[in-house]
Amino acid sequence: MKVVVIGGGIVGNSLTGWLAELGVTDLVQLDKGPFPNPGGSTGHASNFIFPVDHSKEMTQLTLESMRQYRDAGTLHECGGIEVARTEERMEELRRRMASAKSWGIEDCRLVTPTEIKELVPFVDESILVGGFYCPSVAVVDSLRFGTVMRERAQALGAQVFANTEVTGIDVEGAHVTRVRTTRGDFDADTVVIACGVWSPRIARMAGASIPLTPAVHQMIDVGPVPRFLTSKTAVDFPIVRDMDTNMYERQDGQGLEVGSYAHRPILHEPDDIPSIEESALTPTELPFTQEDFELQLEHALQLVPEVLGDESVGIKYAINGLLSLTPDGLPLLGETPEVKGLWSAAAVWVKEGPGVGKSVAEWMVHGEPEIDLQSSDVARFYPEQRTPAHVKGRAAEGFNKTYGIVHPTEQWESNRGVRVSPFYEREQELGAVFYEAAAWERPHWYASNAPLVDEYGVKGREHEWDARWWSPIINAEHLAMRERAAMFDLTAFCVFDVVGPNALDAVQMVAARQMNVPNGRVVYTPVLAPRGGFKSDLTIMKMEDDRFRVVTGGAHGMADMKWFRDHCPDGTRIEDHTSSVCTVGMWGPRARDVLASITGTDVSNEAFPFSTWQELDNGVIASRISYVGDLGWELYAPMERGLELWDALWEAGRPHGVVPAGIGVYGTTGRLEKAYRAFGAELDQDYDVVEADMAWWKVKGEDFVGKDAHVAAREREPAATLCTLTIDELSRTPLGREPIVREDGSPLVDAKGRRSYVTSAGMGPSLGKYILMAYLPPGDHGKLYVEYMGARYPVTVDVVGSRPPFDPDNERIRS
Amino acid sequence: MRTLVCVKRVPITGGKMVLTADGQALETKHLGFTISPHEECAVEEAVRIGGEVVVLTLGPAEAEEQVRDCMAIGADRGILLETTEEWDAQSTAAAIVDAIRREEPFDLILFGNESADAAGFQVGIRVAHALGLPVVTGLKKIEVQGARVRCERDVGGARDVYEAPLPAVLTVLEGLNLPRYPSVPGRLRAKSKPLAVVEPARPEQKLEKLRLVVPEGQGKQAEILEDASQVVAVLQALGVA
Repeated sequence: MKVVVIGGGIVGNSLTGWLAELGVTDLVQLDKGPFPNPGGSTGHASNFIFPVDHSKEMTQLTLESMRQYRDAGTLHECGGIEVARTEERMEELRRRMASAKSWGIEDCRLVTPTEIKELVPFVDESILVGGFYCPSVAVVDSLRFGTVMRERAQALGAQVFANTEVTGIDVEGAHVTRVRTTRGDFDADTVVIACGVWSPRIARMAGASIPLTPAVHQMIDVGPVPRFLTSKTAVDFPIVRDMDTNMYERQDGQGLEVGSYAHRPILHEPDDIPSIEESALTPTELPFTQEDFELQLEHALQLVPEVLGDESVGIKYAINGLLSLTPDGLPLLGETPEVKGLWSAAAVWVKEGPGVGKSVAEWMVHGEPEIDLQSSDVARFYPEQRTPAHVKGRAAEGFNKTYGIVHPTEQWESNRGVRVSPFYEREQELGAVFYEAAAWERPHWYASNAPLVDEYGVKGREHEWDARWWSPIINAEHLAMRERAAMFDLTAFCVFDVVGPNALDAVQMVAARQMNVPNGRVVYTPVLAPRGGFKSDLTIMKMEDDRFRVVTGGAHGMADMKWFRDHCPDGTRIEDHTSSVCTVGMWGPRARDVLASITGTDVSNEAFPFSTWQELDNGVIASRISYVGDLGWELYAPMERGLELWDALWEAGRPHGVVPAGIGVYGTTGRLEKAYRAFGAELDQDYDVVEADMAWWKVKGEDFVGKDAHVAAREREPAATLCTLTIDELSRTPLGREPIVREDGSPLVDAKGRRSYVTSAGMGPSLGKYILMAYLPPGDHGKLYVEYMGARYPVTVDVVGSRPPFDPDNERIRS
Repeated sequence: MRTLVCVKRVPITGGKMVLTADGQALETKHLGFTISPHEECAVEEAVRIGGEVVVLTLGPAEAEEQVRDCMAIGADRGILLETTEEWDAQSTAAAIVDAIRREEPFDLILFGNESADAAGFQVGIRVAHALGLPVVTGLKKIEVQGARVRCERDVGGARDVYEAPLPAVLTVLEGLNLPRYPSVPGRLRAKSKPLAVVEPARPEQKLEKLRLVVPEGQGKQAEILEDASQVVAVLQALGVA
């Protein structure tokens, strides 16, 4: 590998150090600024780390980063408290306690205002309701750490050039070949853009896109603070996050730093960032806009009046600091889909920097990071999500949610209505409540189905949080489906063909299961990562010789497409049909009757078995599979004939009582009753096929990615097994990621150190039970509980493994 | 004791100056604004002296930001002579004189010795002359002693000492004192202190600006030395090693 890393902030430095550690010898690092502080976001960062996050991936990256900072002697544990001014916030803090337990962050606890006052004496605790205290919160020296990593790389032979600006990136045959700079050209087969707010600009030089936007976050520094004059360290007191006001206060030597994410979103253009020479401070320390901080000053004064109300304490420093924001608030990591050999390591906070450096280095050198980075994969965005309107709209909307109370199913408001299916008009007429995924509008449930709630006697949810972004109509649609049939808009699937004389080789390598099947067969298969964890799960249809059609969930489709493309030998190509094919799902006991009335093709069980597809006489491609676990088909039509298909099914469905149903059923209730796993929930890189109890197929002789690891997994006892649990008495409804604990509240930890937590949660209306899925270590753990909002609810393990709780012998699907 | 301090809104620049496309002004879209260091000291001095402190500026509407900054460290009241254009020294002085004449008399009128951008060195002197008041310039120390003011100017290691009767005009230099930073309560109070806004008529200018020019060689004043051997070479060339 001939590697050039562009960028000398926390990410660029960490990555360069780790690449050298992992054996890359031909390694160059560049930055247009000087070291140690080239003037990017790292240089003025607040440098504190709160490890607890609701996301497993972000928490893993943060914990790994803290380990590295600590090993380099650049971490100081000062503790931190997230304080609540409202009861609503206290509920959120209880959620954070649960996440701390799920991800293994010890010693966190909820604290009272009095305890907060003891920990941080200069706080006015009378305005607080309580707090979430994490003793392992730390402050780091990101510039010093970066220097250590960079020097380690240099000791191992890397060349580092400061004051060297990139002027161009050459690409030949969609592969990166050279970086042009003010110091001359550097040949390279691998280039990493770790340029923070400048990343989109650098990416554009190579014809790639890195969808982030520079944005302001304000901070001021006040001092000297009389109480801090006797401090022994730079941060003697725990850092305070004033969550309800989107602000933080931290000691910084004799001063207090006050930061805010509460102001209006102030976005900048990467091309419009001043140069180092033009800047009064640095390019990412922009002039302070006083008016945007006025309310924040008052809020901060309320919380720490002893410090800020002191007339002798002056405001010494105030900036509009620049940082990177992405549409979904997650980093941008991995090889860009547009240019081979061009990698992104951008939109990363100081708290994840070292972890990202190690993970991306592993990904580059070993083909896989140890920490699962599926949520941060830069390839995840569809073209519609890379537009300036989308990036800016979502970044602006997400900014004020930095310390927000965000419901797990909360929907975005900005940039909606971008991708709609041909049935959109019908769905609107039926009162569809649209949720968005991958820029598609998808009905989550239909208001016109409200009468079904009484018809089926469906109960609502008592607690406001549980009932938020949910409707009892979902459960009613589910019951109507199981009794008659339902039709679903599934156009958001990502659909692409692998085509060419070597198409079989490509799909054999990617798919774990045997793909040398007859034309007309449909295969549901895991896609594994090199070390045997899940990279995806999807359906592949053998269309004809040399053509395989991949159908995968919208959310992960683009990353899947890139993975297939990366494994296409010469002469094999990917054809993206996402925008030319629309899909209706029709499932339920009456599905065959409905389908039979719109086509002359024989759709009996004998003529049309499960797991096969056929083209019907009306041009519709019907695939007999079912993610809701009932009789039926996915029906694919050309986009322009979609409305005709919908209307035909609708009319045919009237006498049978067919209802329209939404993703509430398709994505949750239907599949949970059948114990069907979902990628990103149960299935990720941390767990293997055996642990997920999905190894019911024979291992093929042909090679595939992850084969050795997979075979090894089959030969040993799993450290944990995915189970279906139910809540004994339905009152509250956990929503996902809550810890599973024993009678004494202790977490379950398997032999690999993984804790048991809820991977998916939802109602099983046909069972009348609330279902949770979780990986449990083997053995008898006694009575188990799920910890939700600070309380424990008893649960029962219904199934160890993948046997469906509903219709365990799959009679409905195979009927 | 009533003191007037006159200030001017100026940009905070980095090492490199960038002009607008037409060469008529500095490109300020990435720049913050302040008053010049001399004026910061003048405001600080007025606050220390005590009594009523009024801050006056001739500038755009945005110059309110600078007046509020002065209020945040203790000025009581502000006067904004609002204009979107640049005024030459004579016009500036005339507008300030008009404003002063509309007020109750001041005991002391302070100016920075020269502004941080145009650096005309004139306005304070012109105002004093028009008002018939004594003026002492380039000051590093001020002491109000009843009806008189004693002030000092640096002259190469020694000090010239002046005494003037009040009312007087004084122009000061950075180093007069160490200005304070605003406190948070000061900032919050500044929001509601009174600010009078007037739009003076701009007289015909005696000075016409053709264009701005950034001098050659301005920019990099330093050369980065990559390693120890280069440092040694430089020291040897300087004859110190």
